[in-house]
Amino acid sequence: MKYTEDDLREELKTKEYEYGFFTDIESDTFEPGLNEDVVRAISLKKNEPEWMTEWRLEAFRAWEKMEEPEWANVTYEKPDFQAISYYSAPNTKPKYDSLDEVDPQLLETFDKLGISLDEQKMLAGVAMDVVIDSVSVATTFKKSLDEKGIIFCSISEAIQEHPELVKKYIGTVVPRTDNFYAALNSAVFSDGSFCYIPKGVRCPMELSTYFRINQGGTGQFERTLLIADEDSYVSYLEGCTAPSRDENQMHAAVVELIAMDSAEIKYSTVQNWFPGTAEGKGGVFNFVTKRGICEDNAKISWTQVETGSAVTWKYPSCILKGDNSVGEFYSIAVTNHHQQADTGTKMIHLGKNTKSTIISKGISAGKAQNSYRGLVQIGPRAENARNFSECDSLLMGNDCGAHTFPYIEVKNKSAIIEHEATTSKIGEDQIFYCNQRGIDTEKAIALIVNGFSKEVLNKLPMEFAVEAQKLLEISLEGSVG
Amino acid sequence: MELKEKLIASFMAFENLVDVDAPVHDVRSEAIKEFEAQGFPSRRDEAWKYTSLNSILKHDYSVFPKKENRIDYNDIKKYFIHDIDTYKIVFVDGKYSSHLSETTHDGVDICLMSSALSKPKYRPVIENYFNKVATKDGLTSLNTAFSQEGAYIHIPKNKSVAKPIQIVHFSTGNESSLMLQPRNLIVVDENSHVQIIERHQSLTENPVLTNTVTEIFADKRAIVDYYKIQNDNENASLIDSTFINQKQESFASVHTFSFGGKLTRNNLNFYQNGERIDSTLKGATIIGNRQHVDHNTLVHHIEPNCESHQDYKGIFDDNATGVFNGKVLVNREAQKTNAFQANNNILIGDKASINTKPQLEIFADDVKCSHGCTIGQLDESAMFYLRSRGIPEKEAKALLMYAFSNNVLSSVKIPEIKQRITNIIAKKLGVNIGFDL
Repeated sequence: MKYTEDDLREELKTKEYEYGFFTDIESDTFEPGLNEDVVRAISLKKNEPEWMTEWRLEAFRAWEKMEEPEWANVTYEKPDFQAISYYSAPNTKPKYDSLDEVDPQLLETFDKLGISLDEQKMLAGVAMDVVIDSVSVATTFKKSLDEKGIIFCSISEAIQEHPELVKKYIGTVVPRTDNFYAALNSAVFSDGSFCYIPKGVRCPMELSTYFRINQGGTGQFERTLLIADEDSYVSYLEGCTAPSRDENQMHAAVVELIAMDSAEIKYSTVQNWFPGTAEGKGGVFNFVTKRGICEDNAKISWTQVETGSAVTWKYPSCILKGDNSVGEFYSIAVTNHHQQADTGTKMIHLGKNTKSTIISKGISAGKAQNSYRGLVQIGPRAENARNFSECDSLLMGNDCGAHTFPYIEVKNKSAIIEHEATTSKIGEDQIFYCNQRGIDTEKAIALIVNGFSKEVLNKLPMEFAVEAQKLLEISLEGSVG
Repeated sequence: MELKEKLIASFMAFENLVDVDAPVHDVRSEAIKEFEAQGFPSRRDEAWKYTSLNSILKHDYSVFPKKENRIDYNDIKKYFIHDIDTYKIVFVDGKYSSHLSETTHDGVDICLMSSALSKPKYRPVIENYFNKVATKDGLTSLNTAFSQEGAYIHIPKNKSVAKPIQIVHFSTGNESSLMLQPRNLIVVDENSHVQIIERHQSLTENPVLTNTVTEIFADKRAIVDYYKIQNDNENASLIDSTFINQKQESFASVHTFSFGGKLTRNNLNFYQNGERIDSTLKGATIIGNRQHVDHNTLVHHIEPNCESHQDYKGIFDDNATGVFNGKVLVNREAQKTNAFQANNNILIGDKASINTKPQLEIFADDVKCSHGCTIGQLDESAMFYLRSRGIPEKEAKALLMYAFSNNVLSSVKIPEIKQRITNIIAKKLGVNIGFDL
């Protein structure tokens, strides 16, 4: 029988979330609700010093006065912040020195995700700081990082062991009052990663963290702080998969990057939170604030592959403060079924001779809405700033939408800005061309989508590119209109 | 008193001047309520993020000119496209000036809004078209509430208007500051063709704020060419809202030339209610010292197989600020839409700035939509080429800037307008060359 487009579309529709499973680990979970006592309790639970508790409380007080933003091009039922449990940690403590001691059920979870630690250790050369429901349970390769003086640990550990670094840098790039979700995160963040690369050190391996939301009904509030000291280099991977759940789960993370003089940070994300069912039920709300600051000659590069989440609200940004600094943003956002994504970047040019590149690819299928929202701002003192932006959207089917909202604000006459956006569908002629050469429709679409996203996929580190490609395939096979 | 309160209070005085029993008065009363509720837009409104009206709303504007003012044709001849024969609808301080105008009722109606609103024979057209495509935002509602004078143009089926129509508003400066609310209605029936030139001109340095609304209806296969020449003096501000409703196979183009004025805001909205429609929006902006020009466009593609072309060029000197906020909206049904949007800017002045936001909102899959936006400087190698051939720096710059905006000029269908714009550009750039390359 001939495999037609309709079959493909049917298959796509019925394709269930492949990583949907739930690990039953006894958890230490707070009652739902949020007030100063809960913030204090989280802080106490994590055995934090006084200044950290105060810092959280100030954020909480600011948050109480803030309104949930509504400007994004997404519609969803607002989460009830009093119905969320703000702390959940796997009960199997204390930490392990080797994998053998880890709960076998957890290891099985990793296997299903295809991130077996042993395998990772041997083959990928990736140090993993695995976060299951907010508490770090395994950190590998720590020793070889230690030799170089690199600190790579969970943020709660960093608060205990490197309070001077945390105190100095936390909240400097994303202030607590930056926005509603950043304030919430600052108040209740449970865990996250901390990374410090000392002067002149080139991190020998890709640092990686897998976040998982595991416990039903708990919002996860990750906090990542990454500091690259002068002349250092680090490539950081962040990826996530979450189990199938019916009620909406909320994820409000904050990521802060600090690239000092001549440092380079490459931050890659593969996001595959549960997108909700084909009927638009459930799914993760992803409200993330990611921002990096570049000093002189520094470079920050954001690469993201967004395929999951019911609602995504995410704008990884670069503040190009130093002269000759460089910001890059490469993104593929895929939305299917009832997913909504409002994502993009901000490039704030303040220093002289700053450069930024934005490549954003949006793919929209089913009943999804995909928006690019970006800001390129050239300050009055940013001589010879240069920006190139390209936002392309691919539409599959007639129930989806693609939107582009670029903001360009230039206050210096020496700036050169180029912005370009296109929206189109996969052409029948392109499919025909492939068919003619013996490539079936499904493969042809995969080929075309791959070509469409290639510029971004190429920017991903090897380990991630494979996974990203897999995700694209799952999300997009055969929805040609 | 705040301008908003003053305007609302003035509405009662306005009611004494107009026929309150006319059906259109209900529309006015509705509109003033709407304005009362919404007021003037502020920078908190997304559409006004980059344009603040504060500096121009602070004047104590006269809402109604106290007396009629006469001006002599020879003093103002230069503001007309006078080397071709045209119909003219001329207003002085908001009042119709019959001795400067040339209207007609011969087969087509090219006359006044005030008579169209009051005379029964125009009632069907007014009922069908007046305030039907204009939006209900604060400024447009304000204009609707005070709508009384302006141009009324109705071209019946199968007519091609022989001469272009000039709509010119003068303000004499007899009032220390004046606010005008002109309202134009242009209805072009099937297979008809009309060319319109609009201009607002202040004759003194006294502040003027013009809040004008134009509604244009282009029926099947109609062709409408509209040219806006904005070269007012530096205390005059203009808020121009134009709404164009197009039916199938119609062709409408609006060219906006913004060279003068203190603050100029152009809201240009196209609604494509039919298939195989073509809409063209072009603009050339060359401004300098403390000037602000904001182009806010919308092309709403509602039905399939339509096209739209937007091309806006801007050159900003000194501390001028420019805004471009273009939006292309493609409905789910509007398959096979081709929509193009380009916005190119050159910054010359050290303190000049540009804010641009070209948006696409697309709900149909089989479309070709693109937008491009650039900000840059004059090409140094091109400058060198011209300089090395003995062309002085100023002239070389002017040539390059002219060439840059030529794309907008090239589609102007009336050669005299092209010539006029060329002269204005030469004057603006301070060079004495003809650009006839």
